Amino acid sequence: MIEVIDLYKEFDKTPVLKGISTTFEKGKTSMIIGQSGSGKTVFLKCLLGLHKHEKGTIIFDGRNYADLDDKQHRQLRQEMGMVFQGGALYDSLTVEENVMFPLKMFTNKSFKEMLERVNTVLKRVNLKNVNTKFPAQLSGGMQKRVAIARAIVMNPKYLFCDEPNSGLDPNTATLIDNLIQEITKEYQMITIINSHDMNSVMEIGEKIVFLKNGVKAWEGTNKEIFKTENEAIVDFVYSSNLFKKVREVYLNETK
Amino acid sequence: MNYLEHIGKYFIMLKQVFKKPQKWSVFKDMLFREVEDLGLKSLGIIAFVSFFVGGVVAIQTALNVDSPFIPKYLIGFATKRGIILEFAPTFMSIILAGKVGSYISSSIGTMRVTEQIDALDVMGINSLNYLVLPKIIAALFFYPLMVLLSMFLGIVGGYMAGVLTGLFFSDDYIYGIQLDFNSYLIKYAVIKTLVFAFVIATIPSYHGYYVKGGSLEVGRASTQAVVWTSVVIILLNYFLTQMLLG
Repeated sequence: MIEVIDLYKEFDKTPVLKGISTTFEKGKTSMIIGQSGSGKTVFLKCLLGLHKHEKGTIIFDGRNYADLDDKQHRQLRQEMGMVFQGGALYDSLTVEENVMFPLKMFTNKSFKEMLERVNTVLKRVNLKNVNTKFPAQLSGGMQKRVAIARAIVMNPKYLFCDEPNSGLDPNTATLIDNLIQEITKEYQMITIINSHDMNSVMEIGEKIVFLKNGVKAWEGTNKEIFKTENEAIVDFVYSSNLFKKVREVYLNETK
Repeated sequence: MNYLEHIGKYFIMLKQVFKKPQKWSVFKDMLFREVEDLGLKSLGIIAFVSFFVGGVVAIQTALNVDSPFIPKYLIGFATKRGIILEFAPTFMSIILAGKVGSYISSSIGTMRVTEQIDALDVMGINSLNYLVLPKIIAALFFYPLMVLLSMFLGIVGGYMAGVLTGLFFSDDYIYGIQLDFNSYLIKYAVIKTLVFAFVIATIPSYHGYYVKGGSLEVGRASTQAVVWTSVVIILLNYFLTQMLLG
């Protein structure tokens, strides 16, 4: 479990996260939602250790991030997988080399063993015959899948995704969502996703944390989001007419 | 940010760079890649410029010492000295600062803005050590060799230019380049090159690594990197000359 207690972060004396507390559980897909500038990415980067927070505590399965030494930090980071918004694949490396990179860096496996593992995860994300291609030769959806393959190649305990389906067509976005959810169950990971995409939130958001102006304004599940009366989240989620209708239909059906 | 802050940040960066590589096999792969990118791929331009500038130096010297009281072998002597002392180490480094400096800055800068460096950090990799140390080692190893090649080609270029234009005789030029040979001057040139190689590898890396924004900022960082690398090379050239020859 990841426990976040009273997390506070500021940039140039401007507070961005104002005392956020929440927990994320194993085997569940949790989603951080909120408007642009609400602090979602900063929150995720604080969890990843890319930003140092001013106040608060982050505990990864009983390990307080602030109490760890350099070696333990490195160890913890090797247990994390991250899917960046743009994929963040290394341009100069082929797909195979990209996915193999963490294995080369942190294991003493032979090339044959590493290649076997790479092929297994590429197969898992439904990619075939792309090993020798460079990221620039792949579509956006394929790049995201390679990024997921790289993130899971070390069997991480924690998977973080920053807008994993931004810029993708609805079909591909759904495929990526389903893939992340399946992998989360299969590997029993703690998955945390930053997203704007309400389809994703409704589909795979087993836990949803809604941030507004750096404050946790609501949290619940994708089922509860239909029933909630919280004004902030209702305004955010049901800002489109389509979702308003969906909510009306859902509420009428469940009356 | 003022200059002092940049200088401080640059040295803090170096502290992170000079750490033991996390995996020697990965470091070795990166080193070979950098030797190719920073060294081998610059050989063509260095050879081309050295040969023709050597020719120009010899022709200019020959035209300016056109007096019966000045022996012709001085053309070879002056060309050799000019190439060994200044042209090969300093001006080749300025050319490399432009070519390689912009490459280093833009490649690292692009990695920064596309979150590739964040991806390294998330994995627990010391991104500065991983990206910059192989560049420094490759430059320190390869640039002295390139400068020695530049000296050779510059002197050969001078010979070819003089002989082909008929401005001096082959024997005079060869006598001139052998006259008063001082091996310390080669050492001086190599020492300068080692310092410049370090500057060429690190200043553009600094500009690329700390870039913020998008492609426009990467372009700006690249320009700044070339300007500052050239300025630092010129300044260090002055101080090194004073220290080593003064």
